[in-house]
Amino acid sequence: MARIKQTAFVGTRKGLFAFRRRGLHWAPAGEPAFLGEPVSAVLHDPRTGRVYAALRLGHFGVKLHRSDDFGATWREMSAPAFSKDEKKFDPVDPRTVEKKGPSVDMIWTLVASGAEEPETIWAGTTPGGLFRSTDGGDSWHLIESLWNNPAREKWFGGGYDFPGIHSVLVDPRDARRVSIGISIGGVWRSEDAGKTWAQIGNGMRNAYMPPDKAGDPAAQDVHRMAAPLANPDVVWVQHHNGIFRSTDGAVTFKEIKKVKPSTFGFAVAAHPHDPKTAWFVPGVKDVQRIPVDARLVVTRTRDGGKTFDAITSGLPRKDCYDLIYRHGLDVDSEGEHLVMGSTTGNLWIGDRQGSRWAHVSGHLPPIAAVAWSR
Amino acid sequence: MPTVFVTPNLTRHVPCPTTQVKGATVRAALDDLFERVPRLRGYVLDDQGALRQHVNVFVNDESVRDRSGLGDTLAPTDEIFIFQALSGG
Repeated sequence: MARIKQTAFVGTRKGLFAFRRRGLHWAPAGEPAFLGEPVSAVLHDPRTGRVYAALRLGHFGVKLHRSDDFGATWREMSAPAFSKDEKKFDPVDPRTVEKKGPSVDMIWTLVASGAEEPETIWAGTTPGGLFRSTDGGDSWHLIESLWNNPAREKWFGGGYDFPGIHSVLVDPRDARRVSIGISIGGVWRSEDAGKTWAQIGNGMRNAYMPPDKAGDPAAQDVHRMAAPLANPDVVWVQHHNGIFRSTDGAVTFKEIKKVKPSTFGFAVAAHPHDPKTAWFVPGVKDVQRIPVDARLVVTRTRDGGKTFDAITSGLPRKDCYDLIYRHGLDVDSEGEHLVMGSTTGNLWIGDRQGSRWAHVSGHLPPIAAVAWSR
Repeated sequence: MPTVFVTPNLTRHVPCPTTQVKGATVRAALDDLFERVPRLRGYVLDDQGALRQHVNVFVNDESVRDRSGLGDTLAPTDEIFIFQALSGG
């Protein structure tokens, strides 16, 4: 595979856009794909060079497309779907009250599995389904051991009507070890590629449940979960009620409290090689999802969460009401460049490990997901 | 044989000409259509085989009543229209 030029893929409410460096600046690369259609997730798979894009068509449902030529042409694949046999059970989907079984509402994340199985990819959806394809997206199967787990009754929706799986971490040392983050259902892990599951993630706390449920691992609204490739025992969580870090593979977490201007947010990016470095994008709080003082900053720690810089260089210093969603922040495979997209349709790219940001576009549709080529 | 017309808003995703189909119910007629154009099924029906929430199917000038079972009966001269419900911005 020829070396590709570094590209930021940007999935928006109205299409998939790509940006590449042109001289000193980042500029649109090629024509947008799926123009007018909502893109909910995007993945560039470094093992095969393929690009995957998930669509959430307003009328016609969830679709998955794959490009084998880096976005020049696309082919519709099979999309994850529940079977009719699932009709009987979904305690957390009120639609089943009408005796109607579940349907995939949105592909929230697409994740490449390990190097040893290059055709395997994972999809997390709303309602909270986890799906796996072992043939590059030609076919999908629901991970029934998770879907049918009675403990899943404790999951509930956060932001959307149904709970959803937004984060899937595949252990680079052993692809059978998979950890998932759920809004709202905490963190779950499988050691056997999805055959069996256990709730993990103790030590997080919420403020939206009765006090005796505050520490219940199933009641945690993990907004986004990220881990460095070099040390996947370190796991960062941006949670509804704060920032948490684990050093034992998401089994237990410790809260990181002293972060200015705020610990509320949706996105987190983990440096791929340095387990002490991570980035967050703070907002005021859950009832006011805008930057603190209408001033956009990225918070970065380089010492495992002991201290944080609030980076402002190149970001709006006033009158800014942009929100960065869960998948609106990504760091490249070198840990040098970050891409960040907002619900207001602004796109920034940060270099020098996010020390300095450049405004790349102010006129995109609302941005749901960004992803670097890898 | 009933005739199925598909809105251009859908045929821009999945090409599908106006087609004469076999079937005494809407379900049977659509199944016949999906056999000819398999990719269309997931655009019209949800994972459980019901009409998608924002898809409308009319038989002549009447909206189908049985959106899950699609048991509405058809006469050979009936015309079936697949539309999208209007929404969005």
